[in-house]
Amino acid sequence: MSAPIRKPSTDVQKDASMAKQKAMIDSNFDRLGNVKNSGEKVSYTFVPGNLNELVMCFDMVGNYPEINAIQNGLRKTSGGMIMEAEKWGHSEDVCTYVKADIGMMRKGNIGPTGQPIPEPDILMLSYTGCYTFLKWFELLRHDYKCETAMLHVPYTGDGVITKSMIDYVVKQLKEEVIPKYEKVSGVKFDIDRLRQNLAYSAQAEDDFVWVLESAKNKPSPIDAYFGGIYYIGPIFTAFRGTDLAVDYYKTLRTEIEERIRKGQGPITPEGEMKNEKYRIVTEGPPNYTSMREFWKMFYDEGAVVVASTYTKVGGTYDFGFRHDPSRPLESLAEYCLNCYTNRNLPERTRMLESYINNYEADGLLINSIKSCNSFAAGELMMMREVEKRTGKPAAFVETDLVDPRYFSAANVKNRLESYFQMIDQKRRAGV
Amino acid sequence: MATREEIVDRCQELYDDLNFTSARAWKDAEAGRHVIGFMPMYVPREIIHAAGMLPLGILGGGDQLEVIQGDAYYQSYICRIPRSTIELLLTERLNFVDGMLFPSICDVIRNLSGMWKLLRPDVYAHYFDVPQNYLRDVGGEFYIHELNVLKEGLEKISGRKVTDEALKNSITLYNENRKLTRELYKFRAEKPWLAPSSEIYLINRAGMLIPVEDHNVLIRDYINAAREEDRPKRDNSRVVLSGSFCEQPPLNLIKSIEMAGCYVVDDDYMLVNRWFTKEVPTDCDPMEALSYTFLEASVKMPSCFEPNEDIKGQFLVDTVRENGAEGVIFAAASFCDPALLERPILQDVLNLAEIPHVSFKYSENTGQMQPIREQAGTFADSIKLWS
Repeated sequence: MSAPIRKPSTDVQKDASMAKQKAMIDSNFDRLGNVKNSGEKVSYTFVPGNLNELVMCFDMVGNYPEINAIQNGLRKTSGGMIMEAEKWGHSEDVCTYVKADIGMMRKGNIGPTGQPIPEPDILMLSYTGCYTFLKWFELLRHDYKCETAMLHVPYTGDGVITKSMIDYVVKQLKEEVIPKYEKVSGVKFDIDRLRQNLAYSAQAEDDFVWVLESAKNKPSPIDAYFGGIYYIGPIFTAFRGTDLAVDYYKTLRTEIEERIRKGQGPITPEGEMKNEKYRIVTEGPPNYTSMREFWKMFYDEGAVVVASTYTKVGGTYDFGFRHDPSRPLESLAEYCLNCYTNRNLPERTRMLESYINNYEADGLLINSIKSCNSFAAGELMMMREVEKRTGKPAAFVETDLVDPRYFSAANVKNRLESYFQMIDQKRRAGV
Repeated sequence: MATREEIVDRCQELYDDLNFTSARAWKDAEAGRHVIGFMPMYVPREIIHAAGMLPLGILGGGDQLEVIQGDAYYQSYICRIPRSTIELLLTERLNFVDGMLFPSICDVIRNLSGMWKLLRPDVYAHYFDVPQNYLRDVGGEFYIHELNVLKEGLEKISGRKVTDEALKNSITLYNENRKLTRELYKFRAEKPWLAPSSEIYLINRAGMLIPVEDHNVLIRDYINAAREEDRPKRDNSRVVLSGSFCEQPPLNLIKSIEMAGCYVVDDDYMLVNRWFTKEVPTDCDPMEALSYTFLEASVKMPSCFEPNEDIKGQFLVDTVRENGAEGVIFAAASFCDPALLERPILQDVLNLAEIPHVSFKYSENTGQMQPIREQAGTFADSIKLWS
């Protein structure tokens, strides 16, 4: 019988980097909430394929609708927003990020921190690895009637990035994106400024990859999924390409070096995880509305996530990509093309296989998200392939990103407990 | 000349045949022939034809295919067409296909291309990207490259080069096919009682399965035969159907809408057969011609970005006006991202134009028609009574 679901403690333990990260994310909301006074122009864009280094060249402040939805999910306010959007005719079948965003707008566009989210001066539609993005910003444009820059990033269907793809993206940057930003912001594009921002990115990316790969240690000093979500915050959003991000990842790295030195496990909301029993690789985004409850189901069992694909949606840096100031626009193109969901299924499968092997994981857990076809369609096939190739057991749970109606704690917990038992059995059998 | 019933019966037979006997027979008729399957939306069939191959539309398994294995590959919240397509593959119904193309219609079909690669690494499977930037020197250039990648992929299968002459010949044939399809639609819009939507659907569906040369003859014969008949005209409401461009509704659903009192005067089933709104030129480089026509004369549909907000959704108002329709039925497959995400915008545009509309969802194996009939019937009645 499944153990009862215990509510997470209300006392949350955080290390210094987490506090720093939170302050950074909050500061962007402050900036957004203050544009009426500051006069800053506002650019909306997505996490995968975001062009933060470029946007900063035009002195604009970035708003990330996905991040708003996530933050609203974590604060348990997304459910009402989703239902508000459904009331306005948005189908129950489609992405809940979109509906949380539209619902927030319909309810007065007050952001997760209680500050107003300003209207966009430009929508940067970076169509990277997710079809829904295209419709999402058409929906926002329909309401805001504002400038929209479309950047079509070709899908790497054959598993390779070709010169033609890079040229196509670069041309769009030159002929579509940059001129529109110059027009909206009134700021002339300065390629040297972009180079400087890209140099900051590359520095931060080095430390970020080191952090991710620290999970190869035993015990792992980090949780690369639940903890990883905090780690990706600055580099996936408004801070990539800034010295603040460079500083954040240095701080984080120092903290983790210290944990490795002391042989410590990851910090969970209830303190250090002492006994690493299971090393898991995850595929798919997490559930945000019950994230602590979800995480607790892992750390209570001694399960740590050593690698996750979700922390690669905003860039697959651990496979070698770095922003390159010497090839600024080409580098931005390659970044977009490299994002996780822009990779084809065989490549994604190979990536999971390599994580299982390189991080000496016990198995693969897929958290399949009802809202996200970009991730979800094909995951059952990937699961079979990874099991076949690695011999490690895999499990499949289903939740949603920010719709609380699709998180069934008892079902998920049951599955996880069965899964961990399966790993035990495999171990006993010497697999 | 065949009668209308004979033509429709033949098309029904093609539609019902989940073993693709006709395409198999075409392939077996001559050594060295190849068949290339493609998923819905748009692929340049001209290139496949010019390579001496048969383009074969794979539009799911319909309501007659029992999906067993396919369901094991998909979660419940994913539409039905990929699972029935996997079922067709795993039950060897598609074992004669030499290649598969997956157009960029949505994330599900996109990911299906990767599944195909994993399941059948021995068969050519290609994700066919189309540009979302419509400038000739940007999206156009990229698209020419994509067209050439496709051409080279097919050349590897056939072992022979695709010449410009062959391409121009194929473009001419498909120009004719698109022209005839538009004539067919025009004929139905003018006299819908002579050309029921279920028949038009079957005629178009046949075009996914047989050589274009035969399909051109078939459309012509149908129009001529149907025009000569005297069929009773009903006091139906004239509607446009929107949102069914990928997973296809079961034929009974199409019939049910008509039986409920609607004449469908335009629809978006199988857009590939009328994707271009003008002829593709044959007096220039064929790849440039296909590319630029795609950029400048494609139909409007949800999988393609509309750069101009001022005209977003206007195509639906235009088709309502041009075809004398009185309302729009949004019929989308369950979990269809493009159709369902687009729908609120289209509904808003229709509201501004004071065009009534109604919405429902289906899947290709929907069996219960009564709710559809009630909804469509109430909509038709409301148009008659209140519009």
